[in-house]
Amino acid sequence: MNARLNVEPNMADPDAFYELLVDSHQDLDDAQSGMLNAQLILLLANHIGDLGVLRQAFAIARANALTPGA
Amino acid sequence: MDIDYQRCEFAYTPACARENARHPVVVVGAGPVGLATAIDLAQNGVPVVLLDDDNKLSHGSRAICFSKRTLEVFDRLGCGRRMAEKGVRWHVGRVFHRSDEVYHFDLLPEEGHQYPAFVNLQQYYVEGYLHERAQELPLLDLRWCSKVTGLVHHPDHVALSVATPEGSYTLDAQYVVAADGGKSTVRALMGLESHGRTFRDRFLIADVKMTADFPAERWFWFDPPFHPGQSVLLHRQPDNIWRIDFQLGWDADPVLEKTPERVIPRIRALLGEDARFELEWVSVYSFCCLRMDSFRHGRVLFAGDAAHGVSPFGARGANSGVQDADNLAWKLKLVVEGKAPQSLLDSYAREREAAADENILNSTRSTDFITPKSAVSRLFRDAVLQLAKEQPFARKLVNSGRLSTPTTYADSPLNTPDAERFAALRPGAPAPDAPLRNMGHDDWLLRHLGGGFTGLYFTGGAEDAEVLRQLDALAQEAIPVHTVVIGAGGFDDSAGLCAARYDATPGSFYLLRPDQHICARWRKVDLQAVRAALARACGKEAVQAQPELEHA
Repeated sequence: MNARLNVEPNMADPDAFYELLVDSHQDLDDAQSGMLNAQLILLLANHIGDLGVLRQAFAIARANALTPGA
Repeated sequence: MDIDYQRCEFAYTPACARENARHPVVVVGAGPVGLATAIDLAQNGVPVVLLDDDNKLSHGSRAICFSKRTLEVFDRLGCGRRMAEKGVRWHVGRVFHRSDEVYHFDLLPEEGHQYPAFVNLQQYYVEGYLHERAQELPLLDLRWCSKVTGLVHHPDHVALSVATPEGSYTLDAQYVVAADGGKSTVRALMGLESHGRTFRDRFLIADVKMTADFPAERWFWFDPPFHPGQSVLLHRQPDNIWRIDFQLGWDADPVLEKTPERVIPRIRALLGEDARFELEWVSVYSFCCLRMDSFRHGRVLFAGDAAHGVSPFGARGANSGVQDADNLAWKLKLVVEGKAPQSLLDSYAREREAAADENILNSTRSTDFITPKSAVSRLFRDAVLQLAKEQPFARKLVNSGRLSTPTTYADSPLNTPDAERFAALRPGAPAPDAPLRNMGHDDWLLRHLGGGFTGLYFTGGAEDAEVLRQLDALAQEAIPVHTVVIGAGGFDDSAGLCAARYDATPGSFYLLRPDQHICARWRKVDLQAVRAALARACGKEAVQAQPELEHA
């Protein structure tokens, strides 16, 4: 059985997460922010581990990125 | 004293009046792949003509990393031990980012194999040793200065036009092996092409002679202080020669970059201002990852660089070419001897096309890591390298080349699927080596496998005597199977490594192809099942589906 990407709410405190996300970029220039994001993707992807789950997440993000007016 | 193989020149042998015969096999190209194919055929009783368009061996070190599996093939061809003795053995690779080591890997973490993970050995030694082996074989007719200029494919043979210093002649062959390199003449004459991806990057190879105290390891730098923004690879070869490979970028001028005025400062930046060295060989290259759609076109079989190309990161070029030869020679032998249908040659194409795909995939992925093609690709690459210093998971993502390992022919129709459970290996896998004792001497399993079909029987069952009598009968049949016995009455495996690597129990039996790949195995010998598996491994199952028998 292939695991599915969980797109239902899964965080006890979504607002705290969002604050963490934005705050972690504070005072960084674009290059530093880019590096932070890249390292976060790598760290979290390794934590998830399941390539099937990751593929689903990547597909949603890529499709949205290709949607005009996104 | 070693022979200077780079400077050997061989005399053209006049063709005389020998061309009335139709030759079973003509091999075009006396590089490592063509030599290996011709040696394998000739030492197994198939007369072979080997053509080469000039009269020299490799100029420059070129391919230098020869893998364990390739050495095992060379061992079967009678020159593996020489290569291993002359070569620099290594199994550790280190990866540096800027000034820091971020990762190292060990390619042979276990003991008990005759051959090391890799040796570094200049291609001219490999060709020199193969050539000397070729000269020992009376069935191998090596013709220098013989350039193929035309090819006509007839239903029952191929007619090659061969240009020589004393004029042209026609050479008829039942089968032709095109091992004539990336710019294959045979491929061009047949109007065929390779398809794939060209990488827009250039690299400088500098082979330098010096005494240095770097260890015999593969060192790879990303963005080092002495060559900022690019990669560098350092490898040790025999005779105090060091291979240094500098990434230059696509805009580099390939002619200018070969001049000593440009090369020497790059080397000094790595070794230090007062380093003493001599330049041995310099080359600027770019590469593509590509292959032909099919490695078999009727009576013409393509092997090595003629059939496929990869980037050098991973040592998958020459090594996969030698494995092509390993796969092809025994099949050609069975077909020209009329013991197997022509369709067996399709299994060469399918198995080695799959191997080429595996090599190209690995090579492409390494190249994308080493030479990122976009800003975001470079960002992720640098993110991985930075994380790798502290975070173990990221070290697995660092890709400075995934080094050549033999392909398992997992989906080959020549395999007989397992009927019983085995916890190790699988049909299609190359047989692993193991240390054995033989009449009080140390010995190695792989020395006794291959050439023809081999059985591997593990004793200890109640019916050993009866089983061995049955297996003896297999050695007398049209396609003989010679059985190697492990345990009482045969080789001593008291260390138990052989049984462990094959997950063998008393009475277990493996059937191995002439190229040492596993084609079937059982917990208990059933002669009928063994014969059926042997027929299958010789392509005889495919006959009913696709009748295509050799008429010759």
